[in-house]
Amino acid sequence: MLTQMTYREAVRAALRQALRSDPRVFLMGEDVGRYGGAFAVSHGLLAEFGPERIRDTPLSESVFVGAGIGAALGGARPIVEIMTVNFSMLAMDQILNNAATLRHMSGGQFNVPLVVRVATGGGRQMAAQHSHSLEGWYAHIPGIQVLTPATVADAYGMLLAALREPDPVFIFEHATLYPLEGEVDETAEPVEIRRAAVRRSGSDVTLVTYGGTLGKTMQAADLLAQDGIEADVIDLRTLRPLDRSTILDSISKTHRAVLVDEAWRTGSFAAEISAQIMENAFDDLDAPVARVCSAEVPMPYAKHLETAALPKVEEIVSAAQELISRHG
Amino acid sequence: MATTSISERTTVDREHGLFLLREMLRIRRFEEKAAEMYSLQKIHGFLHLYIGEEATGVGTMQAFRPEDAIVATYREHGHALARGLPSTVLMAEMFGKATGCSHGHGGSMHFFDVSRRFYGGYAIVGGGLPIAVGLALADKLQNKQRVTACYFGDGAVAEGEFHESLNLAALWKLPVLFLCENNLYAMGTALVRHQAQTDIALKAASYGLASQAVDGMDVLAVEAAAKQAADAVRNGNGPVLLELRTYRFRAHSMSDPDLYRSKEEIEEWKKRDPISLFESRLREWRLLTEVDGTRLEREVAAEIDEAVRFAEASPFEPVEELLKDVSGPLKC
Repeated sequence: MLTQMTYREAVRAALRQALRSDPRVFLMGEDVGRYGGAFAVSHGLLAEFGPERIRDTPLSESVFVGAGIGAALGGARPIVEIMTVNFSMLAMDQILNNAATLRHMSGGQFNVPLVVRVATGGGRQMAAQHSHSLEGWYAHIPGIQVLTPATVADAYGMLLAALREPDPVFIFEHATLYPLEGEVDETAEPVEIRRAAVRRSGSDVTLVTYGGTLGKTMQAADLLAQDGIEADVIDLRTLRPLDRSTILDSISKTHRAVLVDEAWRTGSFAAEISAQIMENAFDDLDAPVARVCSAEVPMPYAKHLETAALPKVEEIVSAAQELISRHG
Repeated sequence: MATTSISERTTVDREHGLFLLREMLRIRRFEEKAAEMYSLQKIHGFLHLYIGEEATGVGTMQAFRPEDAIVATYREHGHALARGLPSTVLMAEMFGKATGCSHGHGGSMHFFDVSRRFYGGYAIVGGGLPIAVGLALADKLQNKQRVTACYFGDGAVAEGEFHESLNLAALWKLPVLFLCENNLYAMGTALVRHQAQTDIALKAASYGLASQAVDGMDVLAVEAAAKQAADAVRNGNGPVLLELRTYRFRAHSMSDPDLYRSKEEIEEWKKRDPISLFESRLREWRLLTEVDGTRLEREVAAEIDEAVRFAEASPFEPVEELLKDVSGPLKC
């Protein structure tokens, strides 16, 4: 049964579902309780589940992420919320050195079933300490999984699926998506998180994206269609482990790829995809892989500058057109 | 804050006294053998010896039950031995063998044992404290009356994670026993050169923890303080911190030339060697004979020889299994 709701409500519905169905699950983070969450995701959960399971933490990212790791080791199923990806840097020691290593370092004796939700991305005039897209950094780390739900249905389904994973899962929720409307089937089976989704089918060019830039990429595909160019739009959904085959299958059909990534171009996840395409589909390509990324600048505050720094629909359109006109 | 020394008014029965002495000797001889194996290039990487600090690990470990959890540091050979991890699998781990307690993935700094709830050696200073807080949180949420013991050194006191962890544990009244083994040096930097306030027990008190400084060279004083503290933690009175004042006789690691402290200082501390201190006390109390001493040394030497033999004879993990423990099935 499909229910209309926002992305924010979908995350909340998944949290509620998890808290109801598994007594080991609890939520902790900054202002998740009384305040209701910085993005109002956990609004109302404190009243329903009480302060033992909806835990407001001090502004101590390192200890509350580390405590999530410890609680997971101790048999609980913690969900940790980090208010923005920039704040997650304060917990990087626990994430990289502990969460990602414990299974391996212990010779497989321990695992860390921890879910961390992180708000990410720009577009809200939050300037240079609240707006970056660092998912690609996380995707660099073996031992953790990196999920980037881009739709309302995935906001719900991927969180529930993450809770069934034996190893740490990081879910990046692009903050501009919270008001997005969509449909969720709360009775459906848990979603598959290891497959990318083809959000639109076409045979002229492949547009690969994830998270907050799916909307812009779909708009670009609409504009391209008006021009007679049909795009395959791939929503990666999960950056690690990466579903490479969906990308390669598409390229074997379109022979061209534009990668759209809100991270800075240098060392971006788009660079990784580009390398994998080159390694695995070089002979399928009719044109060099193109990238549309953020400008190499800390995120500016002023709206016109922020817009200029972020990937734009027109850039995606012209990148695709250029691949076709110059290498048609 | 005054250092408590309980031995003057505490006695011990012969059996337990000899047990404590044996445990400290096992660590001392194991460490000496590890140093020898390092120079023979059987052990590689970092090797941080615990020699001089045996009373803190052995004394505190008497306070814990099998259901309790232990979180330790990269200088954790003593804790692992005192917790009951066999010397064979520890030596094998340092040899990088598949039979090691972490299958050769961790080495000297990363001992783990799920069956003994030994949650590892952490080699980022302060990095184990948040883990211990989380283990205790899980116990609280699951209404389990267990203690999480969290070992760290004076160097960790400078890390943000120390302050974050003490605050959160006290705020949520979590059952953690913080055990600061203050050996006066953060690698080569003396406590007085890295802390404006050098009284670590006092720092803990400022976060609302019950805390106490203990003579870390006196195994009975350590044991008594740890038992009292563990009882309080187990009974739900919130976290406690013990500052165990001790000293490391050997360099920070095998690659440390030990240039930052004087020979005189080291010799002065060696006069309070926790093993000889306890031996003379046991003799004084007529609980240790010459024959006992010889027998203990012989038995410990046999155990350590067996550990080396086991490590030597053990196979390496096949390289085909390189990626097997990166992700996988549910275990906890």
